[in-house]
Amino acid sequence: MIRLENLSVTIHGAEILSAVSLDIAPGKVTGLVGESGSGKSITALAMMGLLPHGSTASGHAWLDEGDVLAKPEREMCALRGNRVGMIFQEPMTALNPLKTIGDQVAETLMIHRRTTRREAMEIARQRLARVGLPADRFPLNRYPHELSGGQRQRVCIAMAVALNPELLIADEPTTALDVTTQAQILDLLQGLVAEEGMSLLLITHDLAVVSGMADHVAVMQAGRIVEQGPTETLFRTMAHPYTRKLFAASSHQPARMPQAEDTALLCVDRAVRDYATARIGLFGKPGRFRAVNGVSFTLHRGESLGLVGESGCGKSTLTRAILGLDPLQGGAIRLGGQEIHAGPHLDASIRRRMQVVFQDPYGSFNPRWRVERLVAEPFHLSDGRPADMRDRVARALDDVGIEPGAMDRYIHEFSGGQRQRIAIARALITNPELIVLDEAVSALDVRVRAQILDLLARLQEAHGLAYLFISHDLSVVRSVTDRVMVMKSGEIVEEGPTETVFAAPSHDYTKALIAATPTIPADWQGEQHA
Amino acid sequence: MRPGAQLWIGAGLSAVFLLAALLSFAWTPHDVTALNIADKLKPMSATYPLGTDHFGRDILSMLMVGARTSIAVALVAVGIGVGLGVPLGLLAAANRGSLLDEVVMRGNDLIFAFPSLVIAILITAVFGPSALNAILAIGIFNVPVFARVTRGSALSLWTLDYVLAARVAGKGRLRISVEHILPNITNLLIVQGTIQFSLGILAEAALSYVGLGAQPPTPSWGRMLAEAQTMIYTNPALAILPGLAIVAMVLGLNLMGDGLRDLLDPRVRRARG
Repeated sequence: MIRLENLSVTIHGAEILSAVSLDIAPGKVTGLVGESGSGKSITALAMMGLLPHGSTASGHAWLDEGDVLAKPEREMCALRGNRVGMIFQEPMTALNPLKTIGDQVAETLMIHRRTTRREAMEIARQRLARVGLPADRFPLNRYPHELSGGQRQRVCIAMAVALNPELLIADEPTTALDVTTQAQILDLLQGLVAEEGMSLLLITHDLAVVSGMADHVAVMQAGRIVEQGPTETLFRTMAHPYTRKLFAASSHQPARMPQAEDTALLCVDRAVRDYATARIGLFGKPGRFRAVNGVSFTLHRGESLGLVGESGCGKSTLTRAILGLDPLQGGAIRLGGQEIHAGPHLDASIRRRMQVVFQDPYGSFNPRWRVERLVAEPFHLSDGRPADMRDRVARALDDVGIEPGAMDRYIHEFSGGQRQRIAIARALITNPELIVLDEAVSALDVRVRAQILDLLARLQEAHGLAYLFISHDLSVVRSVTDRVMVMKSGEIVEEGPTETVFAAPSHDYTKALIAATPTIPADWQGEQHA
Repeated sequence: MRPGAQLWIGAGLSAVFLLAALLSFAWTPHDVTALNIADKLKPMSATYPLGTDHFGRDILSMLMVGARTSIAVALVAVGIGVGLGVPLGLLAAANRGSLLDEVVMRGNDLIFAFPSLVIAILITAVFGPSALNAILAIGIFNVPVFARVTRGSALSLWTLDYVLAARVAGKGRLRISVEHILPNITNLLIVQGTIQFSLGILAEAALSYVGLGAQPPTPSWGRMLAEAQTMIYTNPALAILPGLAIVAMVLGLNLMGDGLRDLLDPRVRRARG
C-alpha cells in the first residue's frame, strides 16, 4: 500500500506540488493524468526520493509503514529497484548501449540480492521471457541497438520488475512508441499487474490510454490533484471543469468545411527513394534500402490529405522528397505542373508555393534570431525583401493569434504552443498553396493541440490552403482531413475518403492500426454533454 | 572551485598581462633597449622594482614588453587559425561527404601528422628567425584545430529543424552556414580560441627560448629564460620571473577558457542548476 499524504514540493522557491494526496492500491492500476508541467513526473520522482537539487518536500509518502521522504539516501538506494521500480518514456536512452540486455537485467538482481552471476542471469532469462523476449529468439547477449523501440521498452520493464517490486511507476511508457507497439506494451503491463499483484502508477497525458488501463484515476493540474476516483465514475461524472476541458480537447473536432477543388496541386508519380546502408565489412559494398517504393498520389487544391503510418514506414523520407530536400531515384513529383528536383537550386517560384511546419516546436527556430527575422526568413524566396516586410510579418503573426509586438522578442520567451503558431506564421508568409504539416501537433498538450487544429482549419478556409497532414496519431488525422493514405514499408497500402477508411478499413494493416488506437468507451461520455 | 570564480580569476590574471602589454606601448619604467652595465644584476629596489639583468636592463620593463610580444604572436596565430579553419570547417560540414569535405579533412589529418614544434623550428630555420615567421608557424597548426571543431559542431546543427526550414525557404548552403550555423557555434569557438591562445603563448616562448622567435633587442619571455640559464645559481630571480609570467598567463587563459565553457554551454549550466 502506497499513500501520498499532503505532499508538497518546492524547487528553488517555486511551488511545484501542493498538498497532493493519493492512494495507490495493491494489485491495481492507478492513472495519473495531466498536461506537461502539471507535476506528474515530480510526483513520481518524489516517491523514489529522486527529487532534483534545490527542492524541498513536505508531507508524507508512505510505503507500507515507512515514510519515503524521511529515509536517508542509503536506505532509499536499497528501496529503489527493490520495492519500487520505474520505467521511463524514452527506451532509446534508458538502456546502456555498451551492456547486453541480460547483464542489464541481472545487474539489478546482483545489487539488491546476494545472488551469483549465474543465478542472476537465470532470473534475467525468465524475466525477459515473461516480458515477451524469450531467450531462443532474443539471446541474453543481445545489445540494445539490435532491438526495436518496443523491444527495448520490454527490456526496461524486465529490469523494473526483476525483483518483484510492490510498486511499478511507468512515466509515459508508450508515448514514444507506435500505436500497435503501444497496445502490446500496455497489454504486457496489465498482465504483470494481474499476475504479480503489484501496483502500477501509470503517468500519461493520454485520457484514452488511462480509460482502458486504470482502475483509479487522478487528474492533475498545476501541481494539484483536482479530481480523483474510480475510472468509470470519473469519466461519467467529470465533476471538475478542468477534467471536462481535457476531455473535450482530446476528442476535439475542429469545425471545417471540405473545400477541395478538382484541380490537382501536388502529383507524386511512382516516387522511389533509396538510401545507402552501412558497408558490411571493410571492403563490402554498401547495401541499398528502399524507403519509398513507387508511391503515387494526387493532392488537390484546398484539400486536406492525411498520411498515416508507423515510424520507419517512409513518411518522413517522402516528405523530404516533396519539399525538394532529397533527390528521388525514380518517378517524379510535380507541384502545379512544375517538377520538383532536389538541390540547392530548386526554382524559388516552386519553393514559394509550399512551406512546412515541423514537429518539434523547440528545434524549429534559430535561438539567436528575433521573431521578426525568423518569420521573414522565407522572404528569401521573393526577389528582394518587400518594403512592407514588417507589416506583413505583423499580419502573419496576427493571423495565427500572436500579438505583433512579439516581433522583437527571442524564441525562448514563447511556450510550445506559441512557437508552433509562429512556425505556422513563417509558413504562411509567402502565401503558399501547400503546407506540409509533419507531425505538427504531435508534441503539443491536448488543449493546445485543439487550439492549433482550430487555427489550421480557420487558415485553410481563409487562404484556400492545401494541407498534407503527416501523423502517427489516427484520431487527429481523422478529425482534420478529407482524404487519408495509409503507408507501410514504403508503400501506400490504402487510400480513400477519411470517414470511409476509418469506418470500413479494407487493408489488414489499416484494421490493425485502428484496432490498436486506444479509445474512451463511447457510453462513458454520456453525461458529459448533459 | 566554483565555475564563476574560475572565470573571474582567469579573466583577472589575463587582464593584468593585457593591461601591462598595452601600457608598455606608452610607458615602461625604463628603456628596455638601453644597456647600463653599471647597474647590472641589481636586486629589487625602488628604482628597479624587479631588479636588473646582466646588461642592466630593467626586468619589469622587459616583462611588460615581453607580454606584448607573446600576446601579439598568440593573437595573430589564433587569428590565422580562426580565419582559415572556421570557413574550411563550415564548408566541409555544409558539403558533408563531398570531395571538398574529404580534401579539407584529410588535409587536416596531414597537418596533424607532423609534430608542430619541430615544423615550426624548420620554418624559422629556413626563412630565418623572426617574430613574423614564428607567428606563421604557430598559426598554420591552429588551422586544423579550428576546422575540426567547426565541422564537428556544425554537422550536428545541420540536422536541426530550423536548418531544414531555412532550406525549405530556399537558402543555399553557404548562406545557411553564415546565418544559422556560425552564430550557434560561436560559444565553442570562443572557448577553443582561449585554449589555442594559451598554447600559442607557450609555443612562442618555446621558439624564443631556442632563439627562433622574436630577435634581440625585442624582449621576449622565452629568450629571457634562455639568457638567464647561465646565471641560474647566482641570480635565480632572472629565470624565475619570466617563468612565472608564462605560467600565470597560461593558467589564467586556461581558467578563463574553462569558465567560459561552463558559462556558455547551456547543458553544463542546467546540470549545475
